[in-house]
Amino acid sequence: MSDNVMQVTDDTFEAEVLNSNLPTLVDFWAAWCGPCRAIAPVVEELAEQFAGKVKVAKLNVDESPKTPGQYGIRAIPTLILFKEGKVADQITGAVSKSHLEQAIQKQLG
Amino acid sequence: MAAETQTRDLVIIGGGPAGLTAGLYAARARMDAVLLEMLSPGGQVLSTDLVENWPGDVEGVSGFALADRMRAHALKFGLEIKSQEVTGLRGEGKLKHVRTPDGEVKAKAVILAVGAQPRKLGLPGEALLTGKGVSYCGTCDGPFYRDREVVAIGGGDTAAEEAVFLTRFAKKIYLVHRRDELRAAGVLAERVLANPKIQVLWSHQALAIQGQGKVEAVRLKNLKTGQEFDQPADGAFVFVGTAPNTGFLRGVVDMDREGFIICDRTQHTSLNGVFAAGDCCSKLLRQIVVAAGEGAVATYAAQRYLEDNHG
Repeated sequence: MSDNVMQVTDDTFEAEVLNSNLPTLVDFWAAWCGPCRAIAPVVEELAEQFAGKVKVAKLNVDESPKTPGQYGIRAIPTLILFKEGKVADQITGAVSKSHLEQAIQKQLG
Repeated sequence: MAAETQTRDLVIIGGGPAGLTAGLYAARARMDAVLLEMLSPGGQVLSTDLVENWPGDVEGVSGFALADRMRAHALKFGLEIKSQEVTGLRGEGKLKHVRTPDGEVKAKAVILAVGAQPRKLGLPGEALLTGKGVSYCGTCDGPFYRDREVVAIGGGDTAAEEAVFLTRFAKKIYLVHRRDELRAAGVLAERVLANPKIQVLWSHQALAIQGQGKVEAVRLKNLKTGQEFDQPADGAFVFVGTAPNTGFLRGVVDMDREGFIICDRTQHTSLNGVFAAGDCCSKLLRQIVVAAGEGAVATYAAQRYLEDNHG
């Protein structure tokens, strides 16, 4: 696991994501989910690539069910890009790195 | 990955069972090969709970474990696997150019093992509610439907397997199927019919997925009576076959009407020196064992092609 990817939980979500100064990409995942495993290296590469500009976090929906419930997440992997505490973009499924890069770049303006 | 300057013997695009088997054979043949995969190797196998028809694994093998073993097997013989997306291919002459966001990789031969993904139905509401109740992966999203009622659409192997898997969580599954019998393999169909949590709605068609912000119902039509009604449900699982990941190859190699790549018995495509294997090919049966077999044939054929054209 890359040092650039932070683990967040229901307890730390508000402080680390909603109150973050940086746009934050959260990867909602679970151990049982194959496409989550497939996309994991891409998420790590993005964390490295956007270090200092975008915070990248993972939230395990098994251990922290409250937060995915609040955002109506019923499919994983779901990646949500939060900006100033609000959902700026939401992507479901194992998509390519360039797809995610574009989504992030759009929010960085 | 920086652009490569040297020309490879073989570039394999895609790391599912077809690509990993092609890579295993290439590594054992001591070819100068590289496999490019944009996600973790494994492909659709990673979304399979239990693989029950991989010969020799009598008790079945989890999709995760099988994908890991195939990857480890190819690595053991020295296959190089790179995390790299591919966006294009050209090469009418002897040299093939594989385009990536980080530059080109040059190759004498290419194997396309780009796979497929679950096909979408294209119903009203489907795209909008994807991730909000519309799902294409029971093993991924089943646990979100504990004690809930869901609709599943389809009648093939995947629909049958996934419907049975969903009964671990959901209290009721309405399996919507256009025909009056399942196309799924007998053993899978038997499990569906024997499961009290699954109710098959024979000769029914899904017309729309409905809900505000989340799935609330699926609009169905009884094809025998013509009657339409809303089936309340918290989820709509779509298992209606696959669509190939071949968009970036349009106009490069010949495809059938659905975009599956047409190849001959040696897995050769319409473009000289470019082969294809696995679920991206136009064919009768898409299974792990078929993909692996085609991967082996493709590498062997590529080797023969290199001897004849680059020897």
